Amino acid sequence: MKTVYKKPESITNKPTTYCPGCPHGIAHRLVAELLEEMNLTRETVIVWPVGCSVFGYYFIGTDAVEAAHGRACAMATGIKRTHPESFVMTYQGDGDLASIGIAETVHAAARGEKITVVYINNGNYGMTGGQMAPTTLIGQKTTTSPYGRDPKLTGFPMHVPEMLATLEATAYIARAALDSPQHIIQAKKFLKKAFNTQVNGIGFSLVEMISSCPTNWKMTPVEAMERIRQEVLPVFPIGEFKVAEGVE
Amino acid sequence: MGEKILMKGAEVIAEAAIRAGCMAFFGYPITPQNEVPEYFSRRMPKLGRVFLQAGSEVAAINMVYGAACTGTRVITTSSSPGISLMQEGFSYIANSDVPCVVVNAMRGGPGLGDIAPAQADYSQAVKGGGHGDYHSIVIAPHTLQEEADLMFDAFDLADKYRIMTVVLVDGLMGQMMEPVEFKEWVDVKKFKAPDWATVGQRDRDQRNIITSLEILPEGLEKMNLRLQEKYRKIEKNEIRFEEYKMDDAEYAITAFGTVARIAKTVVGMARDEGIKLGLIRPITLWPFPTKLIEKRAKQLKFFFDSELNAGQMLEDVKLAVNGRKPVYFYGKLGGVVPSAEDIYKEFKKHMEGGR
Repeated sequence: MKTVYKKPESITNKPTTYCPGCPHGIAHRLVAELLEEMNLTRETVIVWPVGCSVFGYYFIGTDAVEAAHGRACAMATGIKRTHPESFVMTYQGDGDLASIGIAETVHAAARGEKITVVYINNGNYGMTGGQMAPTTLIGQKTTTSPYGRDPKLTGFPMHVPEMLATLEATAYIARAALDSPQHIIQAKKFLKKAFNTQVNGIGFSLVEMISSCPTNWKMTPVEAMERIRQEVLPVFPIGEFKVAEGVE
Repeated sequence: MGEKILMKGAEVIAEAAIRAGCMAFFGYPITPQNEVPEYFSRRMPKLGRVFLQAGSEVAAINMVYGAACTGTRVITTSSSPGISLMQEGFSYIANSDVPCVVVNAMRGGPGLGDIAPAQADYSQAVKGGGHGDYHSIVIAPHTLQEEADLMFDAFDLADKYRIMTVVLVDGLMGQMMEPVEFKEWVDVKKFKAPDWATVGQRDRDQRNIITSLEILPEGLEKMNLRLQEKYRKIEKNEIRFEEYKMDDAEYAITAFGTVARIAKTVVGMARDEGIKLGLIRPITLWPFPTKLIEKRAKQLKFFFDSELNAGQMLEDVKLAVNGRKPVYFYGKLGGVVPSAEDIYKEFKKHMEGGR
């Protein structure tokens, strides 16, 4: 029989800890497909974050370390600097990366660390019960912004790729979305460029993936995907913000 | 052993670490130990090793954590406020069973404090410091020669037990100059990634995962019991101390690091006056030489503990003495260092009171 579909080699048989309808599974699959296609699975160390994907190493079967909250880019730096031959990737959410870990992220980018960051943005702290994040939209109700996010009190959503693209040492910076097959195909293309950026030793690469959180958004998975298109993407537009010379 | 070289304490730390096979330094500037990263920054690139100035102490210790997960000999050096920032990382490192070396050139606290020598981070270092039940091996040299020798042991102990070793010195040890002789260079060509290292699975059958997370209480209890087992083994095998003129002693000073060095002069002053004073100097602050102090309690009239803090090692001395004999204390705070005369005068007060 002809195989038309199979799971990537590094996806384990362990049931995930993600909620029904959560796009983490899609992001995991994109990572795992590319690792296999680019023959990187056995060269790779993934630095996992604190957040919903804290158990990510159970689901993607590479060498892995579990960082303290927000410190993934610093930990990845320690691994990559001492083992430049390894493929080193962090996988972080918006609370982990854009809030508590923003300093580690910005400095890793400013130094041009030859690591790849997969940045999942679902606009809230999923694991801890849907609190406000730096990426929460204006007016969005969360468990710590019960009257809706008020910019006079807590500012505006943080655009990490746009910020990092201003740093000279960043090589590939993009934002994708996981709401539709078309956008997922595009996300994989962006991620491949990011992986290539590291493999070719060019510099720091990051792909933000706009994701959903049906449980904490209190929506069905389909409604949550629709909300991405209607409300999130107008604030967080898809695109490539930095493509250094040599990135392909 | 080679020739004697006159060097500053901070540079001794760096040079000894380099010769001991330290392959990577990550750190952040803080007085009074800036000569350490500066020295590393000159030497490491020329040896093909890693030097990186991090964006903060928080980032630095997590870079150390990352490198430690690959089994690389790695170090960071800092001083009290910076070490406080690193505590989170220390706790993660402890429950991940990865080796590294941390040097704390202690300065006066609390808060921003000052930049003068102090020993007020004793409790933070020997009782863990970060969250959770854990220990790091803590060693405290009292001369630059001892510092040069112990840097090698710091890396060996870290690797042997997959644990963090803290070299606890103070601003004085970092700034003074003395002639030192270094041990032979460790042959780093022999280094290879240990079988537990996270460097990519490659030809290994099993993939490696390093995490301090275990969500099930029964599982986390097991991890904790395993740590405790490791600590008991270290307590059994690695206690180090120096006894100075203790054979016939009727009184003993207990002190570590810089104060122990001054205390040797105090012992001489007492002996000149016919007073049988000795010195017990813990070299490993954790594991602590509890049994030795317990044993010496039998022959002594009292203990006299002196530190650059308000009485931190004092608690461990008292636990060891366990009420058998009086334990008196003399400490200076905020970066003030006592002279030998100061300490001797305080000691004699108790002697007279004891008569």
